[in-house]
Amino acid sequence: MSLEVNMVKIRIDGKYFEAKPEKNLLETCLSIGIDIPHFCFHPALGSVGACRLCAVKKFRDKDDTKGRIVMSCMEPVTEGLMISVEDPEVKAFRTSVLESLMTNHPHDCPVCDEGGECHLQDMTVMTGHNYRRYDFPKRTYNNQELGPFINHEMNRCIQCYRCVRFYRDYAGGKDLNVFASRNHVYFGRHEDGTLENEFSGNLVEVCPTGVFTDKTLKKHFTRKWDLTNAPSVCVHCSVGCNTIVSERYGSIRRIMSRYNGAVNGYFICDRGRFGYEFLNDEKRIKSVQIRSKKADSLQIIENEQLFTSLNNSELNSKKIVGIGSPRASLESNFALMSLVGKENFYHGISEREYSLTKTISGFFQHSGALIASLKQIEKADAILVLGEDLTNTAPMIALAIRQAARNVPNQEAKKKGIQLWNDAPVRELAQDSKSPVFIATLFKDSLDDVAEVTFHSSSEDIANLGFDIVSGLNNITTDSKTGKKDHQELAGKIAQILKNAKNPLIISGISSGDKAILHAAINIVTSLESVGSGVMMSMVLPDCNSMGLALLPGKSFQDLFILEESHRIDALIVLENDLYRRADEESVNKLFEKCDRVVVLDQLMNKTTQKADILLPAATFAESEGTIVNNEGRAQRFYKAVGNKTQVQESWRWIGELISNRDNNQTDKWNLLDDITESMAIELPLFSKLRKYSPDADFRMLNMKMPRQTIRYSGRTAINANISVSEAKLPQDPDSPLAFSMEGQNENPPSSMVPFYWTPGWNSVQAMYNYLDELDGRMKGGDPGLRLFEQSTGSKRDSLEYNNQKSEVRKNELKIVPVYQIFGSEELSAVSPSIIERIHEPFVFLNPKDSEFFHLSDEESVILEILNIKLNVKVKIENSIVPGQAGLSVNLPGMPYVDIPGTGKFHKL
Amino acid sequence: MERPLTQNIIPGSAALSLDDYRKNGGYKSLGIVFKKMAPAEITNLVKASNLLGRGGAGFPTGVKWSLVPLEGDRSKPNYLVCNADEMEPGTFKDRYLLEGNPHQLIEGMIISAYAIQAEKAYIFLRWAYKKAEEILRKAIDEAYKAGYLGKNVLGSGFNLDLYVHSSAGRYICGEETALLNSLEGKRALPRTKPPFPAISGLFGRPTVVNNVETLSWISHIVRNGSDWFKGLSLTPTGGTKLFGVSGKVKNPGTWELPLGITVRELLEEHAGGMLPGHKFRGALPGGASTDFLVEEHLDVKMDFSTVAAAGSRMGTGTMIVLDDKTCPVAFVHNVERFFALESCGWCTPCREGLPWVEKMLESIEEGTGKMEYLDLLKFNAKYFGPGNTFCAHAPGAAEPLQSGLKYFYDDFVKHITDKKCPWR
Repeated sequence: MSLEVNMVKIRIDGKYFEAKPEKNLLETCLSIGIDIPHFCFHPALGSVGACRLCAVKKFRDKDDTKGRIVMSCMEPVTEGLMISVEDPEVKAFRTSVLESLMTNHPHDCPVCDEGGECHLQDMTVMTGHNYRRYDFPKRTYNNQELGPFINHEMNRCIQCYRCVRFYRDYAGGKDLNVFASRNHVYFGRHEDGTLENEFSGNLVEVCPTGVFTDKTLKKHFTRKWDLTNAPSVCVHCSVGCNTIVSERYGSIRRIMSRYNGAVNGYFICDRGRFGYEFLNDEKRIKSVQIRSKKADSLQIIENEQLFTSLNNSELNSKKIVGIGSPRASLESNFALMSLVGKENFYHGISEREYSLTKTISGFFQHSGALIASLKQIEKADAILVLGEDLTNTAPMIALAIRQAARNVPNQEAKKKGIQLWNDAPVRELAQDSKSPVFIATLFKDSLDDVAEVTFHSSSEDIANLGFDIVSGLNNITTDSKTGKKDHQELAGKIAQILKNAKNPLIISGISSGDKAILHAAINIVTSLESVGSGVMMSMVLPDCNSMGLALLPGKSFQDLFILEESHRIDALIVLENDLYRRADEESVNKLFEKCDRVVVLDQLMNKTTQKADILLPAATFAESEGTIVNNEGRAQRFYKAVGNKTQVQESWRWIGELISNRDNNQTDKWNLLDDITESMAIELPLFSKLRKYSPDADFRMLNMKMPRQTIRYSGRTAINANISVSEAKLPQDPDSPLAFSMEGQNENPPSSMVPFYWTPGWNSVQAMYNYLDELDGRMKGGDPGLRLFEQSTGSKRDSLEYNNQKSEVRKNELKIVPVYQIFGSEELSAVSPSIIERIHEPFVFLNPKDSEFFHLSDEESVILEILNIKLNVKVKIENSIVPGQAGLSVNLPGMPYVDIPGTGKFHKL
Repeated sequence: MERPLTQNIIPGSAALSLDDYRKNGGYKSLGIVFKKMAPAEITNLVKASNLLGRGGAGFPTGVKWSLVPLEGDRSKPNYLVCNADEMEPGTFKDRYLLEGNPHQLIEGMIISAYAIQAEKAYIFLRWAYKKAEEILRKAIDEAYKAGYLGKNVLGSGFNLDLYVHSSAGRYICGEETALLNSLEGKRALPRTKPPFPAISGLFGRPTVVNNVETLSWISHIVRNGSDWFKGLSLTPTGGTKLFGVSGKVKNPGTWELPLGITVRELLEEHAGGMLPGHKFRGALPGGASTDFLVEEHLDVKMDFSTVAAAGSRMGTGTMIVLDDKTCPVAFVHNVERFFALESCGWCTPCREGLPWVEKMLESIEEGTGKMEYLDLLKFNAKYFGPGNTFCAHAPGAAEPLQSGLKYFYDDFVKHITDKKCPWR
């Protein structure tokens, strides 16, 4: 917190407080802990003064005893401001607002999914409205079918306008709006249909009542008070949004966002929110399975049998190989590395991904570059996106850029004396003006509408644009890589704007699979730093722990494919990784053929698990504790929400047991998560900080663990009564200070250990306010997570090579580039039923000129052949992709691995 | 008695043509302005005249203009908007000016635009004023051809484009900031103030919104001076005003009269008194959103401050008369139904409270009302108070309601006790 802030003194009901003048009165009071009821205000959306609920009395001076009613959300905080929240007249007014809002509310709390965590319920109680004086019929609405994620129940609406303000103004959505007027305003789509915006799920939390609720929760509904919760981290992309994962009866019921002031703030994307249903999937591996001969099928066995059947010589063999995973925790990867030895540990990712990820992790580790958190992305005033389709590969970064696009116009508002919380005037003044955002991608992105310039081109041109920006920054005008005047001019313009910006930001990543683009992006950062710019960077990686894996020693998995035919592997241990998604089928098959014994640890059955001789049920993020490292190098811990009752356990624990067994139980390898953390810290100095960043397992508050369940949790003694009338033993969690119980210390937990938000009077998600230093600020005690990389400005570095080779494309062929999809391209979420409804069939983007050349029409099915792999795909004619280049959807369910970018040709069906 | 605004309008005849307007001194003020006056001088002149806005609120026009920054970023235009969205019930004065003398408005707009250095101007016209639209479009066309509009107006170097925009037809569009949203193609929701339109108005640019009648005055004030203008009224305010009367009077209509004439004069001399067999019970003096005046107020002078002192508002100066053959409950119900239907739906008291009021009034009128409704009506009228709501719509709606309850309380009670409307 900056000390330069000029605090002012204000008086609230006779007490004096220091307050920040750039905040409004409502957020000031809520930050202090004074409850003022409100609906339309949301800390991320600002104030609009619509609901009139946050009324307070304002007094002119000490002699003013009458005062006048003002809306606290619209009231600037000024020196000497005198207000009353408790004044009887204004209290009565707030009750009146509730009374009139409730005239048309259906009062259907018992059957409403919001019941028990409803902001409207909270506000009704808080204002004291309880007696109904309106005795006329209520107005009613028709509801809409809004797709697999969101349920719609318009009668409950209290017209706070938060939904449209979030969906349209904040998230850039277009297909939700407010219709009609007076007491018939309607919030919905122009017609029934799936909400298209990638952040639609936040409506569930933004809506103060039960209009927009989680449709996936509805299918296995549980009241908030009956859930067992854990603080968690999203595993569906590399950004690492913080989440709350909730369980009842052993199945996961929902995911909500968990506030982290440095990362995701209040929100998460739809993949993160609705991708969880894979956890409850019937393809889940729940038991230890084994076969003695390759020809046999897998048999379920007891844990003990596992250790007798595993031949210790196999585990002691030098010819052992471990393949790690970017979707497994740091601890599990480290455990595997420890088991097989560094020299036998391989990163289970494609060669291309391996080298590009290493470039980034190496740069981050050694450059001291300023790596932007999501919150810092929101603060950027000039942004260049080079080659990354953010909406699909890192949706929350796209959302952060959308906010950053307001920074320059916001400065105008400030100059005119308009405070930034005053949302409507700020937007009216800004109109369509935006901060300079330049988006250079292979094809359109739904973020394009915030861009000053979009540059959709070939990967060569995008990289060259980047290199020309570097030249522009270094004032070299002779060496144009693009060789195109307009591209060079654009590069010059971008260079100039980046140089002049206060907080410029360069974003790239590896989804294009293009080394030149990545090098160009890094060189822009290096060049900007050399001219003294405080440039920030952000790099998108494919998986939730891609960065963590990259920080471990290990070879490229490709190395295994070039082993001699005769080379045998005694034991191959595959950690949470479907190798068929990482390399072509033939290579993977050959690898398995070389192995005498294949041990696979995973969560869902897939092609790789079918090759297992020993299959171990690995816990998911919801059933385990561990650490993942996000794309900015932030290590974050997730905690289990389900107490294990099956054979399922953490991969690191399985591997620890294998090691103990191999060593004839001489050593008790890693009883607790803290033990493996300690091992990592000793072996890899980078991780030594992890010792301290999260409370140890024996951490207690007032000698108590912290409960995962709410004080109102029901049925504890009877929950298994259909099986046994004795009360079941509570699951134990030796690894963390969280308990599978409703008992314990639930006030002010450490910020990384907040399993749910609930404080007196605040049952809804708005209870979150009470866990923050100040609204929109940090969590009390600091935001959770630990950044592993040191940042320092002004360090000198060499530029990376210019290596942009124009790929050779023969006649009748096209360059094929990857197209990632928010719904479908990520392995685990793609199993979830609600997500499945949103997944497209495999497709190829084709420029109209190419479609004409190849005589292909829109929606036509065609065979695309790449490196002898034939794919059945649908043609999608797409103007934004340049001729000569086609975009192939990648990693969709059922699609084989293809190594692209590369070239491909069509065969008509 | 001078009638500067309407003297050349002949009711029932065609609008004043450009030639006729010019014959009567029209567009002479433009010459004066461009030859002799700097923009700020015009604003000072209008300030000195004490011209109060004729749309209903009576805000000093010159003061409004003086808030517009004339320096600063000129890469985008300032705007002048004429509020011709005359939708106040019982009000038809702007229509008279629009259909009768369009060039008087256009000349006033050119001068006003010059004063605030606006290069774009809009006439935001009530959707139903089809005839006025036709007349305005023709007049604007003539003005362009004559060089009064477009690039380099009369060689002055000043550019002005003037457009007619037909409103979508909502009462709230008459609220100046809702008007701006509507003009931008957005929902007609009133805007947060501050910032006022002079700082951030149409498309986020400095903007002045003035009523038709207000803008029609400008060329006269330029030509005749502020003292002349002040001398036109019987009160210190200045100017004449278009007054109107509707209801069961002998001669309903609109007339240009000095500010400060009494309600009695207006009713008896100009409206010709009540129709035979009808007795005066009260009147809403300036449109539906003003408090009732009754018998005891007949000698109140019609001016902003004097009507306010009598507990009502001058509003648009067009009076709706309630007679003894009309049920006051039905009258108030009709008015409140209008306000409930025209709420934009943004803030809670207005959106939820007005329909409740409307339903209670309907119930009372139908003979099914309960005594507790009377307290609930009073409660709601207070709930709609200024500051409690986002804009002036619900406070306006509260005015006929609270004053109706005050002056006709016995009639409300009788409806409830008799379980029927005594007028039916």
